[in-house]
Amino acid sequence: MIDYNSVLSEKIINVKPSGIRKFFDIASEMEDVISLGVGEPDFKTPWSIRKAGIDTLEKGKTWYSSNSGLMELRVEISKYLERRFRLSYSPSDQIIVTVGGSEAIDICIRSFIEPGDEVIIPEPCFVCYEPIVSLSGGKPVKIPTTAENHFRVTAQELRACVTDKTKLLILPYPNNPTGAVMRREHLQELADILKDTNIMVLSDEIYAELTYNEPHISIAELDGMQERTIVINGFSKAYAMTGWRLGYAAGPAPVIQQMLKIHQYSIMCAPTTSQYAAVTALKNCDEEIKHMVDEYNTRRRLLVDGFNKMGLECFEPEGAFYVFPSIKKTGLTSEEFCEKLLYSERVAVIPGTAFGKSGEGFVRISYSYSLNHLMEALKRIERFLKSI
Amino acid sequence: MDKLLKLLEQNARFTNEQLAAMTGISEAEVAARLEEYEKQGIIKGYSAILDYEKIDTNHVVALIELKVTPKRDLGFEEIAQTITTYDEVESVYLMSGGYDLAVTVIGSTFKDIALFVSHRLAPLDSVVSTATHFVLSRYKEKGVIMCDEPKDERGVSFL
Repeated sequence: MIDYNSVLSEKIINVKPSGIRKFFDIASEMEDVISLGVGEPDFKTPWSIRKAGIDTLEKGKTWYSSNSGLMELRVEISKYLERRFRLSYSPSDQIIVTVGGSEAIDICIRSFIEPGDEVIIPEPCFVCYEPIVSLSGGKPVKIPTTAENHFRVTAQELRACVTDKTKLLILPYPNNPTGAVMRREHLQELADILKDTNIMVLSDEIYAELTYNEPHISIAELDGMQERTIVINGFSKAYAMTGWRLGYAAGPAPVIQQMLKIHQYSIMCAPTTSQYAAVTALKNCDEEIKHMVDEYNTRRRLLVDGFNKMGLECFEPEGAFYVFPSIKKTGLTSEEFCEKLLYSERVAVIPGTAFGKSGEGFVRISYSYSLNHLMEALKRIERFLKSI
Repeated sequence: MDKLLKLLEQNARFTNEQLAAMTGISEAEVAARLEEYEKQGIIKGYSAILDYEKIDTNHVVALIELKVTPKRDLGFEEIAQTITTYDEVESVYLMSGGYDLAVTVIGSTFKDIALFVSHRLAPLDSVVSTATHFVLSRYKEKGVIMCDEPKDERGVSFL
C-alpha cells in the first residue's frame, strides 16, 4: 500500500481545500433552495458570439492557434484596451491569450515568484491567489481591507506591508467578493509608492466592464505604471462566456515572453473556437454589455436597498455582481449565519470567510439572478432575520 | 421608454419603494409618475398571469381568425369594436397577412366556444369567414414560462 502523503508534493498537500464545498453540496441536495451563490453571469453568451463559434466549427477551423493566441484576436484585444481603458499594448509581443483569466493569473505569478518572495494580497479576495503564490514558494502577505475604507487598499496599508522581499502586488478590482472599486485617486496613491520600487502589479480586471457609477480605471493607465503592471482580463464576466474559458494578459514584452513559456509548455494555446468567438465579442458586442450592465445595476440597487432596510448594513458595491452585507448585528459568525439561513429558510449564500479571514462578519450575495428570484430571496432573508 | 414601465411589465407587484430603489428616483416621484401613466392610459391595468392547468376549473381558449369586409369610412374599426364588447373575448387584433382580425376567446368548454363562434361571431354582418383554433397547451404567457422553469445549471462557485 502506497502512503500517498509521502509521495505527493508537500506544497500541494499543504494547500487548504475549500471548507465550504461540503456545505454547498448539502445545499444542492435540498429541495426548494434559492441560491445566491454563483459567481457567473445568468445571461447566455450573446447569440452573435455563439454563432461565430459555430461558424468556425462548421468550417472545420479546429486547429491549434499560435501559442500566444490568434493574431486577429490579439489585435482586437489591443484595440479594445485602447478604446475602453486608454491602454496601449502591441498585439505581437505584449498580449497573450489564456485559458480564462485564471490561467493568466497562474502564469503571471509563477513567472515572478521565487522561494521567499513576498506577494501582497488585499483581502477579502478571490480564492486563487494565495494557493498559487504558495505553490510557487512565495509568501502571501495579506492586507485586510475594511468596510469603512470601502474595501479599498490604502497607501498607508500598502506602505506598511512593503519589505525588500516584496515582489508583487495583486490588485483585484473591481473586487470579488466585495464589489469594491478603486477610483483614480486611490490608485494614484498606490502608484506614488510603487513608482520608486521594483514591485510589480498583477491587476486582475476581470470585472472591469461591470461598474455602475463610474467607468473602470486601470492602474496601468497612470503615469509610470504600465512598465510595472500586468493587466489581466477576460471574456467570462463581461460577455457571459464563463464556459468558453478565455482570458488574456497584457504587459511589458519581457514579462509576457516568460509567461508565454509556461503557457506553451503546459497549455499550448487557448481553445481556438473560443478565440474566434471572442473576436466577434470584441468587435460587435458593446451594446450587449451595456444591456447586461443595466440589468445588473437594477438588481444591485434592489439588494443594497433591501439589505439596508432590513438592518444588514451594506456598503454600496460599485462593481462586479456581488453585494457584501455585514451580518455582525446578528451576533452570528459568517458560517453560522449561512448555515442557519440555509436550514431555516433554504437560501444559500457564501460566508465572507471563504474569501479570507477579514471576510468574517460578512456574506457574499450574488445578484446574477432574475429580479423575481432576488425578491423571493429578500423575503426569505427578512423572515429569517425576524426569527433569530 | 421609462424604466419604471419596463419593470412593471416584468412584475406589477414591485412596491413603489422597490421601484424607487431600482431606478434611483424617489418614492414620491415613482408614485407621481405611475399616477400620470394611469391617467394617460399608458398603463391600462394590472393583472395576474394564471396557470389554469393548476386551477380546478374548466378553461378553454381558442384563437379565431376572422375575415371581414371593411366598411366604407370606418374600415375595420366598427366590427372590431363590436367584438371587443363580448365578455368571452380576451383580445382582438387587426392582423396583416391572410386574415383580418385575430380574436382570442375564452370559455368553459369547447362547445361554449363553438356556439359563441357560430351564434355571435359568424352571423355578424361584415364577417366573411371564421377559422377556429383551440389552444391545447400554453408554454409561455406574457414572457413567463408556464411549464417547468429550466433548471439553473450553474454550480455554486467562489470565482
